Amino acid sequence: MTPAGGRPGGAPSSPAAAGTTKPGSPPDEPHTYQVRTEDDLLTVRHAVRAASQDLGFPLVDQTRVVTAASELARNALVHGGGGTVAVEPLHRPGGVGLRLVVSDKGPGIADLEGALTDGFTTGSGLGHGLGGAQRLMHTFDVCSSPGAGTTITAVRWRTR
Amino acid sequence: MTANEPTARARLTRVLAQRQAETADHWVQLQRERQLYGPGMDEDALREEADGLVAALSDGLAAELPIERVVVGHPPLREAVRELSLRRARAGTSPTETSLAVLALKEALLETVEQEDLGTRALLELALVINRLLDAAGALSFETYVEGREEIIQRQSRQLLELSTPVVHLWQKVLAVPLIGNLDTARSQVVMENLLEAIQSREASVAIIDITGVPTVDTSVAQHLMQTVKAVRLMGADCVISGVRPGIAQTIVQLGIDLSDILTRATLADALATAMNLTGERNDEAEVRRLS
Ligand SMILES: Nc1ncnc2c1ncn2[C@@H]1O[C@H](COP(=O)(O)OP(=O)(O)OP(=O)(O)O)[C@@H](O)[C@H]1O
Ligand SMILES: [Mg+2]
Repeated sequence: MTPAGGRPGGAPSSPAAAGTTKPGSPPDEPHTYQVRTEDDLLTVRHAVRAASQDLGFPLVDQTRVVTAASELARNALVHGGGGTVAVEPLHRPGGVGLRLVVSDKGPGIADLEGALTDGFTTGSGLGHGLGGAQRLMHTFDVCSSPGAGTTITAVRWRTR
Repeated sequence: MTANEPTARARLTRVLAQRQAETADHWVQLQRERQLYGPGMDEDALREEADGLVAALSDGLAAELPIERVVVGHPPLREAVRELSLRRARAGTSPTETSLAVLALKEALLETVEQEDLGTRALLELALVINRLLDAAGALSFETYVEGREEIIQRQSRQLLELSTPVVHLWQKVLAVPLIGNLDTARSQVVMENLLEAIQSREASVAIIDITGVPTVDTSVAQHLMQTVKAVRLMGADCVISGVRPGIAQTIVQLGIDLSDILTRATLADALATAMNLTGERNDEAEVRRLS
């Protein structure tokens, strides 16, 4: 079982993960996590929590990014039949941020405008996940076509 | 099948029928020498198991089944092998020890037939028959063992779930469930069941669900909470959600989830004060009804 209060930046599963954040650390690499089961969502949340902590996000913003990641990963699992979540710290001259890329090879989103509307669901959820995740992040791009899966790229910048 | 198999099988059947107790003894002895059973099994249980299985084997050999189908095709024997494996899985015996225990029966049988005055040729035929007979037992035993372990793992995780969702009697007619960790579908089902049962048995009128220990409240967690609140209300009790931290409150708002018709409080202490007011009001109402 995964220990709960894992060290910030605790070991992600990708081999590229060796040696995490030291001062002047190597260029940021996205770590990719598989989402195949409900338990994998836990792993994703832990990883996003740790990454946003490492970047110095205020507590409330950590909660925002973790929640958005949870929504998108669950959608990939439930609607897309499973997928991946890439978590990438960004260090740009303009600021520090965290990028999430959530991908699946499922049926795609037929009605994107509908899907982003609160209360719209084709399943048994509340239908607030996708629109909610968009509001929790600063940028939010959906790339989806019927039959070709869905990729959502979202960034939240650190604000002080 | 070799030409001599029927003869060898008939011989084995006869010898085993006569020497059942001896074979079982020997088998138990081999298992004991090699410590092929877990700490949870004593010698008497082992002896009883061996007697039963060897008797079933003897009957099975006498039945009209091809030799390699005797173990699975003769129900008492199949059950005996399954039980042996399940018992070991439950007693914490390793899978290797379990298959070695089944294999030790081959040796015990060989020693039994060696007691007979037979030529090398006949003994070889017998050894072949014993192998064909018991290979199926090895496979069946392994399969059952795995089933047994899975059953144990499932039971343990259910027990863990129940342990980690205690319902606390906080005050007269006030119950609280402190949730810690991830609230997934299975967990929220257990919480709901335990809580509803406790409301009935304790005749509670307010239930507090404390989410201080829940790290993330996303739409799915919110939905589970709302369903639990709905069920509590159906039982005629009120529900208060406590431990709503600032980050969680803001996130819920941004998700667009409307919890406005649910009583929420920042801390468990606030929730308890609210709950006591609610039970007080209820008492007043009852008093008014009684007096009017
Ligand atoms: N990755 C995806 N692949 C295919 N369809 C999707 C995907 N993500 C969302 N959808 C569609 O968009 C709809 C709305 O998604 P949203 O996350 O808002 O609600 P939901 O998942 O149904 O419920 P919840 O409120 O629990 O998240 C879904 O019901 C589904 O039809
Ligand atoms: Mg969703």
